Amino acid sequence: MGLDMIRKAFRNAALAAALAAGASANAAYDVDILPPASPIAQQIYDLHWAIMWVCIVIFFLVFGAMFYSILKHRKSVGAKAAHFHENTTVEVIWTVIPFLILVGMAYPATKTVLDMKDASNPDLTIKVTAFQWAWEYDYLQDGVKFNSLLATPRSQIEEWERKGEQKNPHYLLEVDKPMVVPAGKKVRLLITSNDVIHGWYVPQLGINQYGIPGFVKDTWFKADKPGLYRGQCSQICGKEHGYMPIVVVAKAPEEYAAWVKEQKANSPQAAAPAQVAVAAAAPAAAEDPNKKWSLDELKAAGEKVYAANCAACHQPTGKGMPPAFPALDGSKVVNGPKAAQLALVLGGKQGTAMASFARLSDSELAGVITYTRNSWGNKTGEAIQPAEVKAARK
Amino acid sequence: MSAASPAHDTHHDDHAHAHPTGLKRWLFTTNHKDIGTLYLWFALAMFFTGGVMALLIRAELFQPGLQFVNPEFFNSLTTVHGLVMVFGAIMPAWVGFANWLIPMQIGAADMAFPRMNNWSFWLVVPAAILLVASFFVPGGAAASGWTLYPPLIIQQGISIDMTILAVHILGASSIMGSINIITTILNLRAPGMTLMKMPLFVWTWLITAYLLIAVMPVLAGAVTMLLTDRHFGTSFFNAAGGGDPTMFMHIFWFFGHPEVYIMILPAFGVVSAIIPAFARKPLFGYASMVYATASIAILSFIVWGHHMFTVGMPAAGNLFFMYATMLIAVPTGVKVFNWIATMWQGSMTFETPMLFSIGFICLFTIGGFSGLVLAVTPVDITIHNTYYVVAHFHYVLVSGALFSLFAGAYFWLPKFTGKMYNESLGKLHFWLSVIGFNIAFFPQHFLGLAGMPRRIPDYALQFAEWNMWSSIGAFIFGFSQLLFLYNVIECIRSSRKAADNPWEGADTLEWTHLPSPAPYHSFETAPVVK
Ligand code: HEC
Ligand code: HEM
Ligand SMILES: [Cu+2]
Ligand SMILES: [Cu+2]
Repeated sequence: MGLDMIRKAFRNAALAAALAAGASANAAYDVDILPPASPIAQQIYDLHWAIMWVCIVIFFLVFGAMFYSILKHRKSVGAKAAHFHENTTVEVIWTVIPFLILVGMAYPATKTVLDMKDASNPDLTIKVTAFQWAWEYDYLQDGVKFNSLLATPRSQIEEWERKGEQKNPHYLLEVDKPMVVPAGKKVRLLITSNDVIHGWYVPQLGINQYGIPGFVKDTWFKADKPGLYRGQCSQICGKEHGYMPIVVVAKAPEEYAAWVKEQKANSPQAAAPAQVAVAAAAPAAAEDPNKKWSLDELKAAGEKVYAANCAACHQPTGKGMPPAFPALDGSKVVNGPKAAQLALVLGGKQGTAMASFARLSDSELAGVITYTRNSWGNKTGEAIQPAEVKAARK
Repeated sequence: MSAASPAHDTHHDDHAHAHPTGLKRWLFTTNHKDIGTLYLWFALAMFFTGGVMALLIRAELFQPGLQFVNPEFFNSLTTVHGLVMVFGAIMPAWVGFANWLIPMQIGAADMAFPRMNNWSFWLVVPAAILLVASFFVPGGAAASGWTLYPPLIIQQGISIDMTILAVHILGASSIMGSINIITTILNLRAPGMTLMKMPLFVWTWLITAYLLIAVMPVLAGAVTMLLTDRHFGTSFFNAAGGGDPTMFMHIFWFFGHPEVYIMILPAFGVVSAIIPAFARKPLFGYASMVYATASIAILSFIVWGHHMFTVGMPAAGNLFFMYATMLIAVPTGVKVFNWIATMWQGSMTFETPMLFSIGFICLFTIGGFSGLVLAVTPVDITIHNTYYVVAHFHYVLVSGALFSLFAGAYFWLPKFTGKMYNESLGKLHFWLSVIGFNIAFFPQHFLGLAGMPRRIPDYALQFAEWNMWSSIGAFIFGFSQLLFLYNVIECIRSSRKAADNPWEGADTLEWTHLPSPAPYHSFETAPVVK
């Protein structure tokens, strides 16, 4: 179609200009919305170009007139000033025409708004819970639930003292476990948050939705075809806001079914919601909850849980970042009675960044608490068993 | 901007009361020009303070990875940069111009409430100190973004209480300033100066002052609720106690959107004074300018939801705010058309004030266009909270509000100081600013379209190229501003006497009826306006 060709030509021209401006061969000088990968994203893409054309045409008309005037009506070329200072006809015209153009724009935009809101009859519903700083995905029908965390190592990020390691190609946009969905199916998302406001934002799927603590908002998407789509948290949520990426993998429906099976096989507790293992962090999760673990086993499992869930605030060294995030090394709570620490980690502390970690499994919590009680300078020599955690949950 | 030379003071001691000199003069002054000068210097100082923060941000964003600051401090930088620029630089600068110009342009001797005027200014200073000092308290300065959304803001320490107090003080100051401005305009006009004869700068400030009175208490209410949620166990914004974080957003933006017009309406006034002066032709469509300003002000109260399209409002809510936001582009367009029609068949010259005004029209319009793009709800949803929004509001605020402040400063410096600024240096300042600004901010549209969120200290590799350009542009822009500082100081100290009306086409009272520099008390006897 004509419009399409002009659009492509414009894009190529802009790209060429950027390249000519000295870009190296593989530099990313993108100037357009990312390629849409869902019907809504496609509508958004078209709306954006429609409004852009309106703007571009008006821009050239208006500034064409202005620069013509600047060239011709200048004192230095002998221009004499006219004296007119109003003209009702002209003024009415340039009020009414923009108004009509906007009505023309509002019509297709309204259709898309209504489509975006229509989350009815989904094939699949996933509950997305944001927390500082990762995402939890809970597949309500399929009984799969896991956390999705940044996979880029800190050694590539922190360059205060020395140059960081070679950055991965998908630096900051990679996660340990992506959200997996069936392509071509309508996926409804129920989005909420555990602590502060976050934004679940995957541009190519046309979704950007706040997760608001205490409220559940819904939205939906349908990935056109199998593929991998990346996004990030879009609403400032504290110091690691830049480090909570989102990856969505759309698979063919059969492959999706196989994936679900595999997830369940790997974590038998999956069937009982709220007891799903966090990635590889807790091998213990699959075991009999009444089994007794040795302190070393718990500590080893807990170290991984700590790195994934606590280190962002309390730091890998346990020294925290006082006064915002207290040190666990030497903390009175950590070196005090087990029950109090367990209650704090399970319940969180209202009004502070210390959220409830009840979403972790019994064995993960047992591990991480044992780990903090027996690491750095803390030497309580006490282990907490999953059964104790279970008992502490009311 | 005139730190009017002491020689000058004695020169004007020809009226009843003697005035103190030195520190006391500035501390106790009730003179609208002195207070205007204080506001303007204060705003300039805050502009450089906020500018240093901006350059730290851009230095960190020059390449991916964390090189200079940690994420916590980065968030404080963006937050305080925003607050300082909005409440410390742009708004006080406009109040400074209001103080200097309104009495002169309506033929009054001074402002209606001179002592309250003094108080309005001296309140701003402790507020600014609170904001900046919050960097040095445990936990660091507010790191929630200038929008201060709970629950994030509830998590932080004492700096939040300092920020809230600062906002309260600034609000009180703005309200007092506004009452003063409204009373002055409505009561102290010279005989014959009917409302529809007032210069547009006076008109735009009259409307701005009403906006301020309407929304500053709303902001004060919102931050008070934050304070009680933090310390007194209320749950306005805490779902666990029956509150709703979304309510804060509604209240904040009910203030926030009119606030953006508070920063831009006086700019419309300044540009509407400068374009006719340098086109040597009367302003086109004076009446429609007044009506457009008024309609923008009214509409600005019903568009706040366009900042909240991703909250998950019902479709009807999203649609209402989309239509209302699109509508606001119409009167804005009318203004741009009127300015161009004023230039049309004029006899133009291009001194620095005119250059900045033309720069304003072009670049502000680009900001208006990106606003229109953002008004389309579905499009906003894919670029909300990305760099696209950052580009949008810098086009309207930097090349909009700030450029017109520069235009106004160059335009009225001769009247303020009685001296002529250095024209070539002014032009150099303009060109470096335009070039630096566009290199810094145009690429941010592309970053936003490609999905780069705002308020992040570090980013994925595909954003690296445009970010590098953006940082280069920011440094060019930032350092060029030192030229302005130099030019102003050099102007004050120079011996280049300015004529009473150095601009051929300027025809408002301060040019036609008053000498340069303007006397300490503008009009002891009111002029008669025909
Ligand atoms: C979002 C940041 C954050 C994360 C993640 C976090 N904490 Fe905390 N934690 C805090 C804050 C803030 C406090 C202090 C609360 C207060 O004001 O009493 C705290 C307090 C604590 C305390 C009490 C320390 C003391 O001496 O008062 C313990 C124990 C603790 N956290 C354990 C954990 C564990 C275990 C994890 C991981 C499962 C974790 N935290 C994850 C922020 C965090
Ligand atoms: C044609 C007129 C305008 C329209 C249609 C418009 C539209 C918008 C929209 C829809 C947003 C929300 C973007 C988002 O957060 O997703 C926005 C943000 C913003 N606009 Fe405008 N705008 C206009 C003019 C202005 C003016 C004149 C100013 C200030 C001088 C301004 C300042 C801002 C600011 C500061 C923000 C960002 C606030 C934040 O999130 O921190 N806008 N605008
Ligand atoms: Cu987040
Ligand atoms: Cu707005």
